[in-house]
Amino acid sequence: MKNDPKKITRYMAFERANHWLSAILFILAALSGLALFQPAFVPLSQLFGGGTWTRILHPFIGVAMLVSFGVMAVSYWKPNIMTPADWEWLRRVPELAGGDDRNMPEAGKFNGGQKMLFWLLVICMALLILSGIVMWRAYFSFIFPLWLIALASVIHAIAATIMIALLIFHIYAAIWTRESIDAMMHGQVRRAWAKQHHPAWYREMIGGEK
Amino acid sequence: MALQSLDIIRRSATSTPSPSQRRTPEVAKLIDISKCIGCKACQVACMEWNDTRDKVGVNRGVLDNPMDLTDASWTVMRYAEVETNRGLEWLIRKDGCMHCAEPGCLKACPAPGAIVQYSNGIVDFHEENCIGCGYCITGCPFNIPRLSKRDSKVYKCTLCSDRVAVGLEPACVKTCPTGAIVFGTKEDMKRHAAGRIADLKSRGFAMAGLYDPPGVDGTHVMYVLQHADKPGIYNDLPKDPGISPMVYLWKGIAKPLASIGMGLVALGAFFHFVIKGPNEVSKETEKEVEDEK
Repeated sequence: MKNDPKKITRYMAFERANHWLSAILFILAALSGLALFQPAFVPLSQLFGGGTWTRILHPFIGVAMLVSFGVMAVSYWKPNIMTPADWEWLRRVPELAGGDDRNMPEAGKFNGGQKMLFWLLVICMALLILSGIVMWRAYFSFIFPLWLIALASVIHAIAATIMIALLIFHIYAAIWTRESIDAMMHGQVRRAWAKQHHPAWYREMIGGEK
Repeated sequence: MALQSLDIIRRSATSTPSPSQRRTPEVAKLIDISKCIGCKACQVACMEWNDTRDKVGVNRGVLDNPMDLTDASWTVMRYAEVETNRGLEWLIRKDGCMHCAEPGCLKACPAPGAIVQYSNGIVDFHEENCIGCGYCITGCPFNIPRLSKRDSKVYKCTLCSDRVAVGLEPACVKTCPTGAIVFGTKEDMKRHAAGRIADLKSRGFAMAGLYDPPGVDGTHVMYVLQHADKPGIYNDLPKDPGISPMVYLWKGIAKPLASIGMGLVALGAFFHFVIKGPNEVSKETEKEVEDEK
């Protein structure tokens, strides 16, 4: 199964490891952040050792996530540049969601939806880290005026909500599109999978082999 | 920290009612700035009763000492020399928690039970429930709570809720030598203030008035101001304080909207799967790839 010549390599080991590191850190940040944001989620703070530990850990988890996510952002920004075909792809998402992908424009390594997700996540991450630093009472908040801390708190809540929603969507898209999780787990995909979901990338990869 | 428990009308990060069977009359502390001589006995009494000790500070060439509220100094006298139409005036304001009827600190607090409001109007911090996030500092329109470096909990004036609970007046009131600080039901304090304001007006302070800002639904610490039209001259007492709209957004509508939004995305995804099924590689593609080989 390892390095099956019939398969195509989609993600290298480091990419996969870093992706899952980001994923773990995101889940920890989201759970601890929700506990600090919405009283209904306060019980989640028990996962981190209580309210005070949640308050102490959350910002450090966020910084670790920035580093891990930042490595992904730097290595993936180029293949995620939007093309006219990607915009057309996005316009046709309802057809895809309805179960018909015959008229979808040919996607490269990443489709329009993945690219849009990438850029939205980059924006959310940037907003979260900037507003998070302003809100970080133990080390930074005393530098900033109260109105800015209040503004940062709102931005942090909104950006976090959007990011969580985006990643629920991302997780679902990976479950819905069969064999996608294998790609991020083992790094390799079947040729048919590549041709079905990323035809332009498939041709590029096959062409490169010849 | 306090003794009461059956008369909690608001509790931080809690959406169901707290024990509130016992109803107590609303109380208020009235600080008559025209009577204050700036002796700082209230600062001393506060520290003595609450058994807090601030660090010995440095003289900055003014009477203010310490220069600001701290985790151990829950009330400080703020001195201002102001030129008014009556010449030079020395305006001394005893600063500390105003015990807002609509407390921004409590609204912002994410720790259940770390901040409570009693039916008598006192807003009290229960430090054993505090997680040290400092959101109350962000929420407060008067910039009162202070985070302790020693234990990362926030502290502020309790309006001597422990004394009030057993029928005593706050320590600062007890000690004030000129009667500039008085304590009683809010109704009585308003009546008392009206008399003081009439007296001040008769002595030429045409704009004398009561500071009980409606932006926070009134406060349970009120000032009699000689110049109620210009609260800013009393070391930046805010003219129209209120909880920041940002805090309302953050701790109000954003919470249910975010939870519902995230829930809908998750449910939408799940039901999409149930209705449409997975997105699999089609048989045609499988065959095409087979044929290519």
